[in-house]
Amino acid sequence: MNPEPAVILEQIRAAVPAARPVLLRNPGPAGQDSILLDTASAQDVFRFLKTAPGLEFDLLSNLTGTDWPEPATAHSVGVPPEIPPPPAQGFLEVVCHLYSTLRREGPLVVRMRTADRAEGAHLPTLTPVYRSAEFQEREVFDLFGVVFEGHPDLRRILMWDEFHDFPMRRDYVAPDDYEYEPTPHEAVWERAKEHYAVPDGTSETGAPAPPQSLGLADEAACEAACSPLREERDRLSPNPPASDREVTP
Amino acid sequence: MSAPVDSLSQPRFVAGDNGDRLLQVSLGPQHPSTHGVFRMNVDLDGETVVRLKPVFGYLHRNHEKIAESATYLGSIPYTDRLDYICSLTNNWAYALAVEKLAGIEVPERAEYLRIITAELTRLINHTAFAGFILGDMGAWGSALMYAFREREKILDLFEDLTGARMMCNYMRFGGCRCDTPEGWVDRAKKVVAEYPAFLDELEQLLLGNEILLARTRDVGALPAATLLDGGITGPLLRAAGCAYDVRKVDGYGLYSRFKFRVPLGGHGDCYDRIMIRFLEMRESLAILREALDTLPAGPVINPKVKVRAFKPPVGEAYARIEGPKGELGFYLVSDGSPRPYRYRVRPPSFINLTLLEDMCLGRDLADVVVILGSIDIVLGEVDR
Amino acid sequence: MSAAPKWIPPGIGLLQGLAVTGKNFIGSFFRADRMTTVQYPEERVTLSPNSRNIPFLVFDGGDPDTGLRCVACGICEKECPPQCIYIVLDRDENGKSLKRPKVFDIDASVCMNCGICAEVCPFDSIFMDQEYELSSADRFKGLLFDKATLAKSATYHAKIRPLEAAAVAERKRAEEAKRAAAQAAKEAKAKADAAKKAEAPPTISNARPAGGSASPPDLSPTRSGQESDPPKSTQPTAPEEAP
Repeated sequence: MNPEPAVILEQIRAAVPAARPVLLRNPGPAGQDSILLDTASAQDVFRFLKTAPGLEFDLLSNLTGTDWPEPATAHSVGVPPEIPPPPAQGFLEVVCHLYSTLRREGPLVVRMRTADRAEGAHLPTLTPVYRSAEFQEREVFDLFGVVFEGHPDLRRILMWDEFHDFPMRRDYVAPDDYEYEPTPHEAVWERAKEHYAVPDGTSETGAPAPPQSLGLADEAACEAACSPLREERDRLSPNPPASDREVTP
Repeated sequence: MSAPVDSLSQPRFVAGDNGDRLLQVSLGPQHPSTHGVFRMNVDLDGETVVRLKPVFGYLHRNHEKIAESATYLGSIPYTDRLDYICSLTNNWAYALAVEKLAGIEVPERAEYLRIITAELTRLINHTAFAGFILGDMGAWGSALMYAFREREKILDLFEDLTGARMMCNYMRFGGCRCDTPEGWVDRAKKVVAEYPAFLDELEQLLLGNEILLARTRDVGALPAATLLDGGITGPLLRAAGCAYDVRKVDGYGLYSRFKFRVPLGGHGDCYDRIMIRFLEMRESLAILREALDTLPAGPVINPKVKVRAFKPPVGEAYARIEGPKGELGFYLVSDGSPRPYRYRVRPPSFINLTLLEDMCLGRDLADVVVILGSIDIVLGEVDR
Repeated sequence: MSAAPKWIPPGIGLLQGLAVTGKNFIGSFFRADRMTTVQYPEERVTLSPNSRNIPFLVFDGGDPDTGLRCVACGICEKECPPQCIYIVLDRDENGKSLKRPKVFDIDASVCMNCGICAEVCPFDSIFMDQEYELSSADRFKGLLFDKATLAKSATYHAKIRPLEAAAVAERKRAEEAKRAAAQAAKEAKAKADAAKKAEAPPTISNARPAGGSASPPDLSPTRSGQESDPPKSTQPTAPEEAP
């Protein structure tokens, strides 16, 4: 059974006068309309949603982020009837799905948006209200770069601490540091060649030879791709693996 | 993963809150009790746990990013690999989310097949759990081997139906990929009919065992309200006495047609968590018997759904099911393209770890292993 | 529930457990349901016909080169979740498509045996094999399967998956019959047209050649319930040939 966000919206307005909630319609057939909260009173609103009799959304099931580098796309997905001033630049969004285990209702979709995707990517933490937000907020911080103010232990959770970027952002570019192997995929192969300046069999006109079924067919290419890797590895580790040593009969 | 690598093998001393000298033990990542590659930084005062910080991410592959660059169909095989013991429930949760997103109807027979496969998956998971937790307590071998022997029978059924034992890749948007092969339902009925005898045997092996009782009773108990606040769902929550089962609450699929009870625990300790799973298996068997007996004829997939170039309309949807480990949800945002704009898994294993520290505080180090085992995590889902 | 159901003297639970262990131990010598180990590789279990592993390409007739059903449309390449398929369309010297793959590679080290390629193929040309002994000492070349390795006969397909192969054959027969019927209707129409033209004053002396009988057989996908994706995405991404 789904709650009525429009009704709850009015209740929020009555209970938390400082809040400026907005109803966002879901254009899809799922019909899960959502409430957009302003960040200043968000914690109060969540506390109200959790405790108010008749609401009692006591289970924060899901908390996650979404990256909207182009606000227009965000508006095509969630169209508010009362249109708030769209942020000129993109923004990050945190979406929460709340359930009431007592009244067996849900999901109530509540979202918050950051001011931008750089310095303004701050949101209040929900961990004091819902403990289940603790790890999920760390994940959103780790993968999207939303800073949750007041979070007790905001560290990276899935990526390693020394990692710098936010991989779930739309404009994330994966670092080009793979260990390349002979592959049938020419896109990867081209990148591999950039890295290792593979002496490939360029044709007379200078155009690169078509990357034919690499590997199986082309022993030389295979060897050429591997040898810089081997050199690199040998340089790093003084003892090459046994498989690479000369085998004397 | 903040500690330098060389320090992990050395015992370290850290300062406690009141100036105590605490021994920091890095439990895992390569430890049989951690069910994969999972690490806990445990600060000990003597033998007592004072602080516990889980460290994740050793198996992180950014499943969500991969899914956002794959087609909707292309993500189904990847969902198999989240909780790799329960591929079929993962399939179902994802298919359910996409069906909500696109407003797709599912034929009746497909719903029945989904329930049958999902309940068989629950049997597999709970049976394997019984074996694993015994392993955590030091009883390597017997219980796990008995559990796996029975699990094989269900995996054979899966192989017959879906083509693979673990990575089933069976459900599709609007139904299931293929119908049951000839004689499959009878074979399934036979497995279901023989299963209670095995459960009796396993219960006889475990539940009265004094060592097991000593290790699990009153260990790791938290009140239901705390668990709910921590987002903990599934058998853990029900073991603490909170009657919350998504199968009953949401009635997704055709679960509202079936008669089954939701077992509840009284204390929420590790013993209850084991018992709950045994009782749930009995209920799953009841659902299976009914579903296999009343399996209707008909198509197994909605023919209107495209296989190639599937594009749901613009919008978003969140759908969840009662996975064997807890509430498994998928949140999808579609911008009308063949790839999801946002794809999110709500992994029960991951969120159930939120309160691991609270459960372990004040207990011995050996209890940490049992408590972690009783939460029943799979690292493929925790790290994604 | 947490309290044990009733008080039992200490040690009884352990003994009960040991009885179960003993039953299993003794049973493992002579009871079939407790003797589950298969002595691989001397013994093998029979695989279910549905069991799937690495994909293979089906060819009709005796020659894997000419009989390959694959038309290199690239749908499987596009849909493959881990992107382990690599196809290059074969072209003649004028650059015209020959509707067959010049290169068809599957990287078995990447393939996750999901079967989506077989599912989306509109030409019934790729299916899942049941070969599971695929280990190789060479992790690059030994695990990159080319067209020659992947090609297997329709007879083999019928052997490992009789039901699926029969369904495919049935579908093919139906398509053939439909095509023949369409062809016959076309010819009849052409004949009627010609007869009509013959009756009419011969203003256009050289009538069109009899209705398109020289056109290649229709290869459009007709699998029911599936959207027909024209095999146009075959534009190979191979680099331009040097002039």
